[in-house]
Amino acid sequence: MRLILHIWRQPNAQEKGRMVRYEVPNVNEDMSFLEMLDVLNENLIENGQEPVAFDHDCREGICGMCGFMINGVAHGPVRGTTICQLHMRHFRDGQELYLEPWRARAFPIVKDLVVNRSAFDRLIAAGGFISVATGSAPDGNAILVPKENSDRAMDAAACIGCGACVAMCPNASASLFMGAKIAHLGLLPQGQPERERRVVAMVAQARQEMFGSCTNIGECEAVCPKEIKLEVIGRMNRDFLRASWSRREALRDDEAEVSGKPLAGSRR
Amino acid sequence: MQLDSKAPGGPIETRWDRHRFNLKLVNPANKRKHSIIVVGSGLAGGSAAASLGELGYQVKCFCFQDSPRRAHSIAAQGGINAAKNYHNDGDSVYRLFYDTVKGGDFRSRESNVYRLAQISVNIIDQCVAQGVPFAREYSGYLDNRSFGGAQVSRTFYARGQTGQQLLLGAYQALERQIGASNVRMFPRTEMLDLIVVDGRARGIVTRDLITGKIESHLAEAVVLGTGGYGNIYYLSTNAKGSNATALWRAHKRGALFANPCYTQIHPTCIPVSGHYQSKLTLMSESLRNDGRVWVPLKKGDKRPPAEIQESQRDYYLERKYPSFGNLVPRDVASRNAKAVCDEGRGVGETGLAVYLDFRDAIQRLGKHVIRERYGNLFDMYERITAEDPYQVPMRIFPAIHYTMGGLWVDYNLMSSIPGLYVIGEANFSDHGANRLGASALMQGLADGYFVLPNTIGDYLASQKFEEITTGHPAVLEAEMQVSGITKRLLETRGTRSVDSFHRELGKLMWDFCGMSRTAEGLRHALSQIPEMRDQFWREVRVLGSGEELNQSLEKAGRVADFYELSELICTDALDRNESCGGHFREEYQTPEGEAARDDAHYSYVAAWEFRGVGNPEELHKEPLHFEYVHPTQRSYK
Repeated sequence: MRLILHIWRQPNAQEKGRMVRYEVPNVNEDMSFLEMLDVLNENLIENGQEPVAFDHDCREGICGMCGFMINGVAHGPVRGTTICQLHMRHFRDGQELYLEPWRARAFPIVKDLVVNRSAFDRLIAAGGFISVATGSAPDGNAILVPKENSDRAMDAAACIGCGACVAMCPNASASLFMGAKIAHLGLLPQGQPERERRVVAMVAQARQEMFGSCTNIGECEAVCPKEIKLEVIGRMNRDFLRASWSRREALRDDEAEVSGKPLAGSRR
Repeated sequence: MQLDSKAPGGPIETRWDRHRFNLKLVNPANKRKHSIIVVGSGLAGGSAAASLGELGYQVKCFCFQDSPRRAHSIAAQGGINAAKNYHNDGDSVYRLFYDTVKGGDFRSRESNVYRLAQISVNIIDQCVAQGVPFAREYSGYLDNRSFGGAQVSRTFYARGQTGQQLLLGAYQALERQIGASNVRMFPRTEMLDLIVVDGRARGIVTRDLITGKIESHLAEAVVLGTGGYGNIYYLSTNAKGSNATALWRAHKRGALFANPCYTQIHPTCIPVSGHYQSKLTLMSESLRNDGRVWVPLKKGDKRPPAEIQESQRDYYLERKYPSFGNLVPRDVASRNAKAVCDEGRGVGETGLAVYLDFRDAIQRLGKHVIRERYGNLFDMYERITAEDPYQVPMRIFPAIHYTMGGLWVDYNLMSSIPGLYVIGEANFSDHGANRLGASALMQGLADGYFVLPNTIGDYLASQKFEEITTGHPAVLEAEMQVSGITKRLLETRGTRSVDSFHRELGKLMWDFCGMSRTAEGLRHALSQIPEMRDQFWREVRVLGSGEELNQSLEKAGRVADFYELSELICTDALDRNESCGGHFREEYQTPEGEAARDDAHYSYVAAWEFRGVGNPEELHKEPLHFEYVHPTQRSYK
């Protein structure tokens, strides 16, 4: 089949970008979307034009490196699928597709369809972990975890950090991403000691990174390639409220450290 | 060159303890005065950087991806082995050690393997404490499954995403150290050379992949956790970015490369569908627990699988290996798949596939149990092939998956260049000629969490380091080298894309140095590679500049290294006149078609020394001794 692509081309962060039209005449329906772009890039190189830059690595839907908008939808039209696992059999001959990078203030564009998602790493660095020094752990079976909890923790831990949730959210909120980590660790006994500190630190960091707030729209859940449920955001909010109630004093110190501004949840 | 493995002697159970006791220690207050560079952020690199940061060293960590969480360890599906014997089914540290030495076809160091088996139990504890959501029984206890090459249930797993969860555990530990300013992270930064001063590794030259800036970073020790070189075959289960550049350039600076021909073919991958194919997707080996492998009994039987009656199916693994059945090690499963396809009994359009059938397991256990065990794998299969594996058997075929070879290291994980450590898949040390399933994650984390943090201190404590600056002649020379390669690639302005060259090289390697090899085929490949390499340097087309994000340029540098490394792989494969593990030479097989080792002549580690591009490398041998597990012909019958 033949496809018409309009792709966002932007040489670097400083210069302006624009949509450029390309035709890909020989698309096979068993190709993945990225393999289709490989074919386009091979054609471009042959014609002496610079290939389209896009992020990708494992091409198995697990590394979270790939992702862009196809006709305004993060990772394209198939639910629960990253772009590298999206196959061309879901498109029709002659279709026009508009490919754009994630757009969010916290994710500046690097080039073409490539953005900088380091803000996600800083959210994790702020509190998305359990502090355990190498070597100090007790026997694995000393910590019992009810199967239901461990399964639900795994559901949340499946997040691949691709950024689709932020890209699709009208507020560019990172709540689904943060909620997933907070739910994952908060559902396990190991995650309890730092539970309050974690949520407070991550929320404060998100504000610094200029991610927006959650207004319960749910676009994030709809496009999440790992189908992380919106309930993780509820969990985050609940943890945050609890933390702001029980740790008001400690919170003030944290705020002063992180941003110097009061946090929404602690305004009492 | 004398290769000293530094492997301790004496009773094997206490070797690691005694060795650790004899290592020099760095005083806690002095640790912050020592700087360490870690390249790579996968299970090995990420866990090492986190643990070293925790100990108080000044650590810089580098990865080419946009975040350390993306390293390809993340794609490991099936699980991680540990000798916990939680199932009371006869497992022990000694049995894991025994299985690993035997699985590796008696081509690994006993001391290293025993240590790996010992540490395996600590890894599970560490990961549970970090919050890795391992599968649980209803009682809340950890669940296990069995895996290829083993008769006990010792594999811990987190659905079909064990690698992801273990990596996120290490990544979170690493981010914690980054947040605490103990580790500085450099994402989208690629190591392009090793800086060696007075014979010791003192730093690396990097390229910032966004700005193109070439920069040098200096330290007192350099750790490579940069993974394997399976991408040399173009089509492999590796990530597109996985590459051998850090290893190869360290090799060119003097680090010996050990057993390069030991490459592992994974038996259960989704078959190739067309010429545009960019990579192969693995279906976890754990599927062989419940799936049965078969092909039609008759040649060229093209009926749909459901129409082929039981009596006309050949469950060839169960038939040939009754005691291990579908759970034979990877090399055995792969070669048998190739053999039945060569006989013309392969299935699917290309005839290059065999069935992996879940019909019986679904009947026995119910669809929900199968969904719970392998749901995400079944979904992935359906997404790629548009076939529902609950209804139709999967079609699978072997693909390049892992490389057991890598830079030579001693028991301390130090390469032949003092101060250069190599961990995880990047080194050669623990898997011999064949790696067992669920052992890669174990080795990466053992090296990063528990071995390296103990051994690196010995080197730092026993050396004196004079101050060097980025103006040092060795630094400038390395930077010149790197800029020279970049410049040459950009100025060639040829006619063919990097990928077209890479595909061509990959096909040559798969055809002549893949699942089975012959002296004739290897000689043919060795005659082709130098020509292909010259052609690459004459005709490659890399557009754009070096001062920007330029993905073609990144690929070109990696492929240039693959050309040189592929020659070494073939040389090693030709030199090893025996079959062992993943290295199968057709001339050397038993009457039943199994690998025939030649212990009298080849019971050694082949460590190669670089002598200039196009010159033959020099072979050094580290003899292997087996005091505990006596070499026998592997039998899985």
